[in-house]
Amino acid sequence: MSEPLLTIDDLRVSYRTGRGDVDAVRGVSLEVRAGEVTALVGESGSGKSTVAQSTIGLLASNGRIAGGSIRLNERREGVTDLVGLSERRWRGLRGRCIALIPQDPGNSLNPVATIGASVGEALRIHGWRDRAKVRARVLELLEQVEIDDPATRAKQYPHELSGGMRQRVLIAAALALEPELIIADEPTSALDVTVQRTVLDLLDRLREQSGTGLLLITHDLAVAADRADALVVMRGGTVQEAGPAASVLAAPAADYTRALLADAPSLTRVVEREPVVVAAGERPLVEVTGLRQEFRRGAGREPLVAVDDVSFAVARGTTHAIVGESGSGKTTTGRAIAAFGHATAGAIRVGDVDVTGLRSARDRRAFRRSTQLVYQNPYGSLDPRQSIERVLEEPLRNFGIGSKADRAGRVAQVLEQVALAPEIAQRSPRELSGGQRQRVAIARALILQPELVVFDEAVSALDVTVQAQILRLLARLQAELGLTYVFISHDLAVVRQIADTVSVLQRGRQVEHGAVAQVFDAPQHDYTKQLLAAIPGASLREDNAS
Amino acid sequence: MSGAITTTAPSPWRALLRPGTLIPAIVLLVAIAWAVAPGLFTGISPTASVGPSLQAPSAEHWFGTDSTGRDVFARVIHGASQSISGALIAVLVGLVVGTTIGVAAGATGGLVEEALMRVVDVLLAIPSLLLSLSVVILLGFGTTNAAIAVGITSIAVFARLARSQVVGVRVSEYVEAAYGSGGTALGVLWRHILPNSLTPVIALAALQLGSAILQISTLGFLGYGAPPPTPEWGLLIAEGRNYVATAWWLTVLPGFVVVLVVLATNRLSQAIRGGEAA
Repeated sequence: MSEPLLTIDDLRVSYRTGRGDVDAVRGVSLEVRAGEVTALVGESGSGKSTVAQSTIGLLASNGRIAGGSIRLNERREGVTDLVGLSERRWRGLRGRCIALIPQDPGNSLNPVATIGASVGEALRIHGWRDRAKVRARVLELLEQVEIDDPATRAKQYPHELSGGMRQRVLIAAALALEPELIIADEPTSALDVTVQRTVLDLLDRLREQSGTGLLLITHDLAVAADRADALVVMRGGTVQEAGPAASVLAAPAADYTRALLADAPSLTRVVEREPVVVAAGERPLVEVTGLRQEFRRGAGREPLVAVDDVSFAVARGTTHAIVGESGSGKTTTGRAIAAFGHATAGAIRVGDVDVTGLRSARDRRAFRRSTQLVYQNPYGSLDPRQSIERVLEEPLRNFGIGSKADRAGRVAQVLEQVALAPEIAQRSPRELSGGQRQRVAIARALILQPELVVFDEAVSALDVTVQAQILRLLARLQAELGLTYVFISHDLAVVRQIADTVSVLQRGRQVEHGAVAQVFDAPQHDYTKQLLAAIPGASLREDNAS
Repeated sequence: MSGAITTTAPSPWRALLRPGTLIPAIVLLVAIAWAVAPGLFTGISPTASVGPSLQAPSAEHWFGTDSTGRDVFARVIHGASQSISGALIAVLVGLVVGTTIGVAAGATGGLVEEALMRVVDVLLAIPSLLLSLSVVILLGFGTTNAAIAVGITSIAVFARLARSQVVGVRVSEYVEAAYGSGGTALGVLWRHILPNSLTPVIALAALQLGSAILQISTLGFLGYGAPPPTPEWGLLIAEGRNYVATAWWLTVLPGFVVVLVVLATNRLSQAIRGGEAA
């Protein structure tokens, strides 16, 4: 066999920090072959991005390669060892031999440079002087990544493009000099599922055409399963398992790989839930009728219609999911139910309360006892200056519930309900992991013993194993406490597991709603079909089914 | 468990022991000690003639003597109480009034905010020296009045900073979550918005302490502060300027003390803000 395109052998990287050296990567070995995809899968903090950064020589300034080798089989100069290369040599390699597709299309493009200038930058750096030639190549590249009307787009600025478009622009910039190796660091994590699918398809096609090797860094095993030839699973800086994708997925040897497979909602059933039986004729707990929400956009402009004529009902003790892509109005709907918005028209009823009729701050406050909202970002929703005990106690103090001792008891009880150790109460949010923080946020919602909890993308920011734990927790709490959930998510795989009924929103309109089984198994609307088809991991599910 | 926590949260005392923080802190402490108990540092009266006039610095008179034979070092030490208490009053006026305006504007929004911030804009538009001179003329001469005048000039800066901080924190998720758990507007303001927005304001107060000393000295130099023979720092420098050519120590050495104290507050203010970022 010929020498692979990229060989990483026993790579060790450490970071200098205020508390001594931290070994982020300990002995990682992998290979990328020309024209193939090697996927590096792991959770946050597993060291996968550090491997990517070492490969392109862009480690953070306190990072240091402590050992091992990275060899690139370059077409012009043969096998080159990338460890300890001078900055001058790196500049010659980056862009021409190795290109990077960064994670966040939102801030990876220079906001004051046109799209054309951003894509052409690599060409100019590598000595293209002829303006007309650069321009022609830029248009060719934009066309290649399937951007319509490249001539116009090249003159636009990043803020005029959607997230998916920007990611394509970044791919075009990476392809500019036809590099042999592309490193894609979570290229689609910030994108909607349908966009994710088109971007990944595009990468696949380009790779097949040009024979480029792709090192795909992802936290999503399902994405890796669909796209990769070889799979490397990392955790805590070490490789847990490596091998051809098909065999790793079919017969995982490492416990951690098995755990990842078992916790991926798009691949298996993560949550065991008893279907809730709703008595016929019982009045639903939540009723939304003809909800419409407009936002003013200043004088002389039409108001933005975020939600347009959405109606559904949620029976007591069940979960209703609202799904859609960014900008579909799902969060606006959820916030309206939790009385955090002023609906333009329509009615929302929760229990006996007419939510849209709550005008005074006092009425809204009283309503919060029965309805709580849990946010997406557990890092932003807890006050960094309060201890967990104070965070949890606050709702009780707000409503003057119980004496000091009673409240401490309630805090201990609710911590136990969300499976957190009682010592956590004395800690500050900074000392907790993302999953623990989200449990605290859930505990804060539960301490008032509400009837309805609205989850706004409450598991989207979490690693897959933590996400599975939280989903199981939510299912258990619902069964124990008889809670009703409104679950807002862009992730249809998660929704399928946890919800009883679902509304599909597209650009503010409800295109389909009904029981989850019915909507997911026999979708009527094209948009629902697209969303379902875009769930990654299709290849693996078919394998399992057959 | 507790061991793990102490290593993750850097102790504020460790930060205090860095030389960049320690030296300014010592300078300020000495200056405050001068203000509180000048008798401990010098036995010489600041207003009595103790020797021949215009003597150069010596072991006996560290900063030399002035035109009427008074010990300059003793006058600097006794002047600390005038200048520093003046600066404290000035900062307090600016901090309390300015922060109240800023927090009120940031927390309420709408018309109230517009009205308050336009008043602040007017304050900002007037040159600060002109403004403090006008206030002194209205209130009458004297150290306290000069201090209040200096304080009024810093209201605008405090108000703008406090408002921008409050506006930033007000839209954060944890504040909305606090309303979501049934918090009242005042409760949320007190428990979440203020603690999370006031650190930069405190840092600004430390910074303003230095510039207030400078501004009060300016007013003293111009003759709008304490009347002679009060040993106020600005006045000391003003009295010495006639002898710059022959007796440089009368202006340079008190000026050096003012510079040291102002620099020290500046460094400390940075340390407070740096502690926030870490």
